[in-house]
Amino acid sequence: MTDVLTQADIDEEIAAAHAAYEKRVADGAPVEHHPRRDYRPYRSSVLRHPRQPLVAIDVSQDPELIELSSPAFGERDITEVDNDLTRQHTGEPIGERITVSGRLLDRDGRPVRGQLVEIWQANAAGRYAHRREQHDAPLDPHFTGVGRTLTDTDGHYRFTTVRPGPYPWRNHVGAWRPAHIHFSVFGSAFTQRLVTQMYFPHDPLFPYDPILQSVTDDAARQRLVAAYDHSLSVPEFSLGYRWDIVLDGPRATWTEEGR
Amino acid sequence: MTTTDTGGPQSALPTPSHTVGPFYGHALPFRGGEDIAPLGHPDSVTVHGYVYDGEGRPLPDALLEVWGPDPEGRVPTADGSMRRDPASGGFLGRNGVEFTGFGRVQTDADGHWYVRTLRPRARGRSAPYLGVCVFARGLLVHLFTRIYLPDDGTVLASDPLLSRLAADRRDTLVAGAEGEGTYRFDIRLQGEGETVFLEFQ
Ligand SMILES: [Fe+3]
Repeated sequence: MTDVLTQADIDEEIAAAHAAYEKRVADGAPVEHHPRRDYRPYRSSVLRHPRQPLVAIDVSQDPELIELSSPAFGERDITEVDNDLTRQHTGEPIGERITVSGRLLDRDGRPVRGQLVEIWQANAAGRYAHRREQHDAPLDPHFTGVGRTLTDTDGHYRFTTVRPGPYPWRNHVGAWRPAHIHFSVFGSAFTQRLVTQMYFPHDPLFPYDPILQSVTDDAARQRLVAAYDHSLSVPEFSLGYRWDIVLDGPRATWTEEGR
Repeated sequence: MTTTDTGGPQSALPTPSHTVGPFYGHALPFRGGEDIAPLGHPDSVTVHGYVYDGEGRPLPDALLEVWGPDPEGRVPTADGSMRRDPASGGFLGRNGVEFTGFGRVQTDADGHWYVRTLRPRARGRSAPYLGVCVFARGLLVHLFTRIYLPDDGTVLASDPLLSRLAADRRDTLVAGAEGEGTYRFDIRLQGEGETVFLEFQ
């Protein structure tokens, strides 16, 4: 490994991983919706991925597996302003106000109801309110960048926040993360657990970012990008972005009502 | 509300996973996340350990979620793991009475973590275990594993998962007893003694 890793080095690795994936698919391998854990352009992954294959568990063999159920969250676990990140302090945060909304669905396209959606993000200047954060962009005393909500009966969630800024990181020289919001989501089964990131359309940093590019399937990567949705924009207040989330992983279909 | 089956099987394509990154610490952990057992419950167990990388270094930035049944083998249905104060917005901690079965803990600066929960009872054909989901900076997709408690060798031997693993791999899923209801469970993400991670299909 060289000491100084440049964007050009990373670009080359990203292109190679992408080409290798395209070839696998052309040769008949299945589409990969998720990143490979050993995606080397994201250097932090090198020592943190298992080398042994995962051990498969066929959930249809045992409906009693605890992983086929999910922890419960309710009104006690959230407060009124948790889904409005612009109202959690005495003053208004700096930045472009946005409304982010969408539906939480399972692989069958059915709404996932009453489940917890948690988000965290940098402020408009690209700075996290986290002690370990080294980027010297200004902190915003009126913005923590943490939100929570429960999905409604149609699986909808909705957050009001400010658009986060891009920020530098130390993967390689000149590494910048495209603006993104981190999402953590529960499904009706623990097997459906998802932590991911939502991006904004047309960000020029997309091709350079080894985290986004770790999703080597072009269509899958597109699903991480929200769509501008004028119908979600609130007049004189915020711009709207729509982003639906589809949970992977098996669930206990035999307990579903009406099946 | 009418439920319409719009698509049939697997009609929606999944949202890809991403790493939790380094900055979840002001968002995901919550007060009392590791203290899952109701106060003073006689059937409490403590499980603790380290999370290690491929060079045997402990991770100071891993996040674990633990999900398990109660001592009767029932799926917990109580919410309130992260009870909130409607006035301040802060975390109140659990109420010390109800058992939600869910815990969340980040490793400390030494890479160490612990949870105190109720002793899980076996469900279905499995030996008693706690479900675990591991997140970390550098980990692009979370990892599932299980903490089996070591107390009954016969039950462990007939567990459908453990019984099809080689002995050295199987041992990575069985916690070590330290007495007084305390168990040790280390997680090795890579390399020698690599923990068995699971894929549900
Ligand atoms: Fe981030």
